Amino acid sequence: MTRYQPILIALGIAALLVAPIGQGNYIIYTLCSWLLFSIAAMGLNLTLGYAGQVSLAQAGFMGIGAYITALMTLNGIHWSVAALISILSSFAVGLLLGYPALRVQHHFLAFVTLAFNTLLFLVLRNEEEITGGSFGLVGMERPTFFGISTDSNLAFYYFSLVCFLLAAAAMWWILRSPWGRAFKALRENPIRAESLGLKIRRQTLLAFAIGSAFGGLAGALQTPLVQFIEPSSFALIHSLKLLLMVVVGGSGFFFGPMLGAAVVILLPEMLRFTEGYYLIIYSALVIVLMVYSPNGLIGLGQKLAEKIKPRQEARRDLKQGVQL
Amino acid sequence: MNMRADNTNAPILSVHNISKQFGGIRAVNGVSFDVRKGEILGLIGPNGSGKSTLFNCILGQLKPTEGHCEINGRSTDGVRPADLSLMGVGRTFQQLSVFPKMSVLDNVILAGQEHQGSMLSRLLGKPDAGLTGKAEQLIEFFRLTPYRDTPAGSLSYGQQKLVDAAMAFMAGPGIVLLDEPAGGVNLTMLGHLKERLVTYNREHGTTFVVIEHNMEFVMSLCTRIIVLAQGEIIAEGTPDEIRSNQMVIDAYLGG
Repeated sequence: MTRYQPILIALGIAALLVAPIGQGNYIIYTLCSWLLFSIAAMGLNLTLGYAGQVSLAQAGFMGIGAYITALMTLNGIHWSVAALISILSSFAVGLLLGYPALRVQHHFLAFVTLAFNTLLFLVLRNEEEITGGSFGLVGMERPTFFGISTDSNLAFYYFSLVCFLLAAAAMWWILRSPWGRAFKALRENPIRAESLGLKIRRQTLLAFAIGSAFGGLAGALQTPLVQFIEPSSFALIHSLKLLLMVVVGGSGFFFGPMLGAAVVILLPEMLRFTEGYYLIIYSALVIVLMVYSPNGLIGLGQKLAEKIKPRQEARRDLKQGVQL
Repeated sequence: MNMRADNTNAPILSVHNISKQFGGIRAVNGVSFDVRKGEILGLIGPNGSGKSTLFNCILGQLKPTEGHCEINGRSTDGVRPADLSLMGVGRTFQQLSVFPKMSVLDNVILAGQEHQGSMLSRLLGKPDAGLTGKAEQLIEFFRLTPYRDTPAGSLSYGQQKLVDAAMAFMAGPGIVLLDEPAGGVNLTMLGHLKERLVTYNREHGTTFVVIEHNMEFVMSLCTRIIVLAQGEIIAEGTPDEIRSNQMVIDAYLGG
């Protein structure tokens, strides 16, 4: 499998390069939002899928990134600086929130992060002088790099794609570093991990903060994409949507969040013809998937692949049995 | 590299008057002993004699009601398990304790990676933290090389016990506490495990404290044995002395 991986990745990138060519604005816009939600979901996947912590604040971190980017670019600061500040701020807020919040775990952590997301929503709505309240902020321009404008939808798509690929590369680096191993160990057996010298709280906190920083980057992209932001774009429902992306795609798998984001964003579009029934069909599909394959679509794929071509572990055991 | 002869006098682990009370039950009652470098100490006793409680007090999983422990002269009071590991204390668990979805190699590398460099160097440095060679040596030592890339969870029970032991040794600890290493392991594998532990002890001078129910295993592995009954030490001595001690026979071995 690993032998084909570079080829598959190259093919994937090639597909992403040609995907928007000849498409209308609406489809390109949808592809852009898929890319940015993939970035946010990748971050949540680190928190949830690798470090095993349920966070319901990912949209809140997107909001932090989006508002910081909006306020800074409206004041004439270049997007790249604004995005960097957005990422760092989300990381810092992640640390601050995570430090007390990670004392509680699992569903209690979910409640704490849920409260944070709600609080952030209220702050964004009520601090009208800074955030524009319910009316939000408008007029943020799309950035220009070395004289190349990203104003057209196609240009903005390629700009988003570059950000997405950089984010994916950073995530890949983290996951293949000793940190990635530590995150997996934490998820699989925290007590054993701790007895081997792993500082559980510090490592989990960092996973949470890095995951939040990815949310910040996604927010920083959302501002120039939509060019209008309002508090309800970062409400709790969107955190739940991001959670759904990670779980549907397959939490703990590198490509899970990308796949999940595609399903969560594209499926409603494809089910549009069913009109009012689409939510019912959509939720039914998710329930069936979760019952049959708790590891999401990638888990489902693996299940099917193993049915067709079983792994050879059983044989090895037999050999060992003969030795004994 | 036989360090056994050089350091036999300095206690690596000192247990001072440890007591642990659970409500009305005193599981461990004023237990004190020293473990010297290079020793293989066995802790035996019937069920409910306080072995595991004592172990958990030493390893910082439980806070003793009274008393304290020292590792190399440093008190372990309030030290968290992660820091205890960084102080050079390895351990295995009674239940299977590998990372089932990670390969055997990754299991063993993980056991060493937190012991070197800073947190940042672990993010920016090599994916294997430069530990593949050392991990492969240990895997070879426990004769697990054919399973290097197999997920640890798909190995047999006995093999997983060996992976657990390899992990406990990866960071080069001065002392390793083994909690029922023989539990549920078949005879061939048991002989293999014992031989590997003795070899490791001889080659590296590593100290072992072993909790075990399998008498034959303990008697042939350990250099000294402490017998606990109802939370107190009732006998201490070489395997031969313990075998012939009347109190031990009455309390535990049976007549």
